Amino acid sequence: MATESNLKIELGKQGVFVTTINELYNWGRRSSVWPMQFGLACCAIEMIATTMARYDLARFGAEVFRPSPRQADLMIISGTITKKMAPQVVRLYNQMAEPKYVIAMGACAISGGPFKQGYNVLKGIDRYIPVDVHIPGCPPRPEALIHAFMTLQAKIDAQPLTGDDRPRHLDAEAQSLFPIPVQGAHDLEPPVNRLVWPLPAPGNSTEDCG
Amino acid sequence: MQRFRGRIMVSNPYFPLAVLFVAALGFGLAPLGLAWLWARLISPAKPNAIKNAIYECGLESRGDAWVQFRSAYYLYAIIFLIFDVEAVFLLPFAVAFTGLGVGACVAMLVFVLLLAEGLAWAWAKGVLTWDMPVVRQVELVDQSVGKGK
Repeated sequence: MATESNLKIELGKQGVFVTTINELYNWGRRSSVWPMQFGLACCAIEMIATTMARYDLARFGAEVFRPSPRQADLMIISGTITKKMAPQVVRLYNQMAEPKYVIAMGACAISGGPFKQGYNVLKGIDRYIPVDVHIPGCPPRPEALIHAFMTLQAKIDAQPLTGDDRPRHLDAEAQSLFPIPVQGAHDLEPPVNRLVWPLPAPGNSTEDCG
Repeated sequence: MQRFRGRIMVSNPYFPLAVLFVAALGFGLAPLGLAWLWARLISPAKPNAIKNAIYECGLESRGDAWVQFRSAYYLYAIIFLIFDVEAVFLLPFAVAFTGLGVGACVAMLVFVLLLAEGLAWAWAKGVLTWDMPVVRQVELVDQSVGKGK
């Protein structure tokens, strides 16, 4: 791989540009990641600030916030996910077309944050849907969200078209349905999606009430 | 013979137009075809019930999208609109009320009375009574009886 990139640089010096279909495909995908337009809590304000002139998310090709999941590639979980809201978020994620990615923005979205001990807040959206980039912070600054974008772009760039490491949307056997939790008597049912949350089941320890 | 026919085609003044037409068609269809081919070869479709559901802001969609309103509703809407606009005119009138002369008050009174007359007319016409056609009422009664059982 190293020799190949050296060869590319040498050819580039001679004015010859070479690429692979894989690189071209990923270049196109990472240069037009359209986020879905929805905000959950205070992190959404920072997300809005990121799209504005000072931080200018348009530089990364991600300024087109789509109001429909059918047209969006990226879901930014910007803020606290209450247990009332979690089913809606999971349903929207299901309704997005592949390839789709998720950025969990802020302490609440990745773990429940300051409301972790609360009865009504989901302790991280990664219990129900696969998250690609986690950003800590309460709320994270726009620079942090831009860093998350660049991390996601690097991830997309590294995804091969074939082989076992290929992304989910190119794999016919990969999971595409992420079950929507329903409101149970005391908690969401089921409390976690086993397919994306392999860690021990939460709920019974004293640390994690609910 | 073949060459002769070909020469006629090329020398036809519409020949460049035909070439451009085919090129334009190809320009439009090629990306669509490539996208279709790419989807068929590489990107498998994985539809499911949740994904294909009607998009409704994340909520579960209920009922039919083809909701029907009674056509008589438009009369209500028009009467509402008239009095909605009247309120807009009444507000500045009320604010400037103390500084107004008799003429302005009479003008406003005429305006309000005209609208009130319209309302009275609609009332007299029976527009304000939301009466259902007899057949429909019978249907409703039947349904409620059926539910009771």
